[in-house]
Amino acid sequence: MSSSDVARQLGAHPLSLSGHVGFDSLPDQLVNKSTCQGFCFNILCIGETGIGKSTLMDTLFNTNFENCESSHFEPQVKLRAQTYDLQESNVKLRLTVVNTVGFGDQMNKQDSYQPVVDYIDRQYETYLQEELKIKRSLHNYHDSRLHACLYFISPSGHSLKSLDLLTMKKLDSKVNIIPVIAKADTISKSELHKFKLKIMSELVSNGVQIYQFPLDDETVAKVNTTMNGHLPFAVVGSTEEMMVGNKMVKARQYPWGVVQVENEIHCDFVKLREMLICVNMEDLREQTHTHHYELYRRCKLEEIGFRDTDPESKPVSLQQTYEAKRTEFLGELQRREEEMRQLFVQRVKEKEAELKDAERGLQGRFEQLKRLHAEERGALEEKRRVLEEEQSSFSKRRAAAQLLQAQNLNANGKKDKDRKNSGFM
Amino acid sequence: MDAIMLQEKLVERLLCPRVRTSRQKEKQYVGFATLPNQVHRKSVKKGFDFTLMVAGESGMGKSTLVNSLFLTDLYKDRKLLNAEERINQTVEIIKHTVDIEEKGVKLKLTIVDTPGFGDAVNNNECWKPITDYIDQQFEQYFRDESGLNRKNIQDNRVHCCLYFIPPFGHGLRPVDVEFMKALHEKVNVVPLIAKADCLTPSEIKKLKDRVRDEIERFGIKVYQFPECDSDEDEEFKQLDKELKECCPFAVIGSNTVVEARGQRVRGRLYPWGIVEVENQSHCDFVKLRNILIRSHMHDLKDVTCDMHYENYRAQCIQDMTSKLTQDNRMESPIPMLPLPTPDVETDRLIKMKDEELARMQEMLNKMQQQIHDGKDQ
Repeated sequence: MSSSDVARQLGAHPLSLSGHVGFDSLPDQLVNKSTCQGFCFNILCIGETGIGKSTLMDTLFNTNFENCESSHFEPQVKLRAQTYDLQESNVKLRLTVVNTVGFGDQMNKQDSYQPVVDYIDRQYETYLQEELKIKRSLHNYHDSRLHACLYFISPSGHSLKSLDLLTMKKLDSKVNIIPVIAKADTISKSELHKFKLKIMSELVSNGVQIYQFPLDDETVAKVNTTMNGHLPFAVVGSTEEMMVGNKMVKARQYPWGVVQVENEIHCDFVKLREMLICVNMEDLREQTHTHHYELYRRCKLEEIGFRDTDPESKPVSLQQTYEAKRTEFLGELQRREEEMRQLFVQRVKEKEAELKDAERGLQGRFEQLKRLHAEERGALEEKRRVLEEEQSSFSKRRAAAQLLQAQNLNANGKKDKDRKNSGFM
Repeated sequence: MDAIMLQEKLVERLLCPRVRTSRQKEKQYVGFATLPNQVHRKSVKKGFDFTLMVAGESGMGKSTLVNSLFLTDLYKDRKLLNAEERINQTVEIIKHTVDIEEKGVKLKLTIVDTPGFGDAVNNNECWKPITDYIDQQFEQYFRDESGLNRKNIQDNRVHCCLYFIPPFGHGLRPVDVEFMKALHEKVNVVPLIAKADCLTPSEIKKLKDRVRDEIERFGIKVYQFPECDSDEDEEFKQLDKELKECCPFAVIGSNTVVEARGQRVRGRLYPWGIVEVENQSHCDFVKLRNILIRSHMHDLKDVTCDMHYENYRAQCIQDMTSKLTQDNRMESPIPMLPLPTPDVETDRLIKMKDEELARMQEMLNKMQQQIHDGKDQ
């Protein structure tokens, strides 16, 4: 920003100094503070199993990250993140390397990109949550958002693979993609040139936005422009050292020659290291924060319903929108509660009515049964009475009959006696 | 007279001293020792044919290797697809047939190419077009063989399938295993490690061991070189053993000729050195060429005829008879592509074959009778 720009924007006018004030040390203060805090860098490596992701990381950062070999038979793509603390001079770097496991191995690779996209979104989401918290601690928050994505292209020599194209299209709006050609010691110089052109033309014709090294800073614009023309970088990784000339260099030994990793004629490793780490690391972090993260945030908040301007196109602050949303939600909540309550009451009434009906029904039946019972009882009583009458009449008749019989007997006895008596005489 | 003397001269060249002394005794000279020579003459006259299939992902160097093997350029005007076109690509089968000749020996070489294999995003069952093609060739040969006029049968059966394994991984991938398992009982599968110039010698050894283990673990039956006879000399046996331990071959191909060590050789030029395709310490190309062309070409054909084709034929006939027992009516003896087979009924099979033979014999007799009658008149 030139001083006239400043004047236009802030309404301030430039002033010339008559002596040395000392605020030219501000950048140094900033640097000191950052150095004390330490830096953080997160890098994602996507590529097929065995393509050389771990070896390249080891070679780039000159250390051994102790990655174990993965198998080709993973059922799904997974991501494995490891964090390391590195130090060079007095600069501390907290490096997180995220590797894909099993990428490109499955038979059906249509969903292979999904775990990667989900991982990237999760990191943005955690950061967003942290930002929206009431009590937040952004200054010592461990930023896990991915700053750079190295996409490892298989050196077929013809063109990109269909999976590569698909994945890069899904990722280009979420993360800074830097494509690299892996195992580049299998492509000769002439083939490499054609291959690079083909890759870049395919990316352009399919609208994939890869990371371009920034050209706005004059100090690095020139070297960045040249490097932009060398994309994608053809790299070779190796942690084995060999004696070449009178130095020990990182190299790969073949029966027909020795490929030196740090020899610019042999491969673009040095270019990658310079661009990724030495020159543009900070820019990558900035791009991630100001461009990709902001895009994510905007999409996410719009999804929830926040707007920057209300329907009359007047600017609305987040606070207002938040309050409006809150009242809206509370109103909604109350309405729902009311609805539920009414529903509940209604149900209760219905149930009561049902139960009453049932009770009535039962009562009716009870009455009916009682009546039946009484009737039968009456009938039985009647029968009993009849029976008793019969019994009594029968017993009377019997008594009468007995009496008669007794009388008859008596009379007969006298007669007999008389006869007997007369007989005797 | 002259013919006999010529034959004797040939015999002298072929025979070993033992027989020559007996010939000098000139008692029991019969002359059938010239049979190999006769076979040689006849075969040169007839010419040979060989069908080779190459399979593997795009960019593995298949076309380059075929060009290097047969020292011709089969793929002059090839159009390669872009990545976006390959997302949903299906596998095609493309045949190139060339007639090549060397020292009077003619070879009709057919290369079956499989562009699109493993290139799509969803590769489920991507080998189906390939297995269908192989089965079709078997079916066609079966029909021809069972036909009446067998004079000019064209043998389009695939004799060998070179499968290119990418060197960029740690071993076999699921698509490699599935493909080889789908094909190992239909064709001679010869696995190769492609683009071997990205591996150092120790890495090659590690990868070969890994691939061999995985092949055994998954039960893939790749083409096995025949055991050499026990009466061959030690040197031959040693070579044979080395050859077997070298499997799978790590190959490099090249379409260009470069200058190396004062000679013009096929090779690849790198800033750090020149890879020579025919240098045994650089790659196994020479071994592959020897196996494929110089020593085992006929064995590959024999195994295809004796094992793979016979298996197919037996399977077909089984299915046919089981279909007969199901349908209970006579169908044409030539089957379609085989279905999964129920149990075997050998009696039915024999009976049916007998009937078929009887019918054919009848027809033949009838035709002969007609010709005879025609001649008489």
